[in-house]
Amino acid sequence: MSSDTQAPATWPDDIYGVLVEEKIRQVAYVPDAGHTRLIDRCRGNPAMSAVVLTTEEEGIAMLAGAWLGGERGVLLMQSSGVGNCINMLSLATVCRFPLLMLVTMRGEWGEFNPWQIPMGKGTPPILEQAGVLVHRIDHAAEAAETVQAAARIAFSGDRAAAVLIAQRVIGTKVFK
Amino acid sequence: MRKLVADRGDLLVVAGLGSTTYDLAAAGDHPLNFYLWGAMGGAAMIGLGLALAQPTRRVLVATGDGEMLMGLGALASIGVQQPKNLAVVVIDNERYAETGLQETHTAHGCDLAAIAKAAGFENARTVRTEAELTALLPLLRQAPGPLFATIKVTPDRPPFVLPSNDGVLIKNRFREALLGAAR
Repeated sequence: MSSDTQAPATWPDDIYGVLVEEKIRQVAYVPDAGHTRLIDRCRGNPAMSAVVLTTEEEGIAMLAGAWLGGERGVLLMQSSGVGNCINMLSLATVCRFPLLMLVTMRGEWGEFNPWQIPMGKGTPPILEQAGVLVHRIDHAAEAAETVQAAARIAFSGDRAAAVLIAQRVIGTKVFK
Repeated sequence: MRKLVADRGDLLVVAGLGSTTYDLAAAGDHPLNFYLWGAMGGAAMIGLGLALAQPTRRVLVATGDGEMLMGLGALASIGVQQPKNLAVVVIDNERYAETGLQETHTAHGCDLAAIAKAAGFENARTVRTEAELTALLPLLRQAPGPLFATIKVTPDRPPFVLPSNDGVLIKNRFREALLGAAR
């Protein structure tokens, strides 16, 4: 949150609602501040397996296995994790596994840490080059509809789809 | 490999790229085999996703030492989940056979079974003899997982079979055999 006095954002709840509606059963994630609330909600749902990863590419493989076994999944990460996924994305694109990725962006809006900037800038073109359909949420109100659109194209079209959640939506990390 | 999948029953099998994919095909093609031709380091995690989705089926991941080494973090992630129905078997020739038989870390003392054990695979072992292999086979099917075994093999390359490398085909064939026509 950009301010301590702000009410908690509801867009993670909106996204969670879409994941439930889309019958997502496996949630693979690398812990991330921007996804904290969504991860907590998924972990609290007994119908979902929430799986913590050591690196984001594990999630691409895991969700391929989920689909082979008849379950839908989602992969939660931040933009720095996209760089870890590049070769493993070939599993999704070559085999046309449905893959839904929700990426919180760092390094683009008021970023304090310059080490986040390379993957902040690189994430959209790298995903495009890897064959992923890229969606973007620039305003919290667009969250549900954008995730739903990406889920539809992923699971009905057997495609890899990513939703990038703008850093401005998440709020810039501030050390006080 | 032939012994690992003999009388396979309803076993679901994922093979890592390279020799384990070719050896699994040589042991007999089956629609419930998922062959990897790439995605190095991903085999064990595909097994985890499959095991979580199909908790009543037994899942076997058969992969090489080089492939396992590229995705060691998967052992930690599987260790957290403790899937009862998952076995990960490394066919360990201590070589990168695909690229010219260069030595892997396991040729220099890296102990994959010890790593797996420390990551939460309570049942983890190294198999070096025929007798140990015979003892392993029933465990792969029955022992509560997650189970890990690394089977030391010689680095020669017996005749192998190349399965289809059409990822869409092997994926859809697997799903149809397991799930029927349902999406």
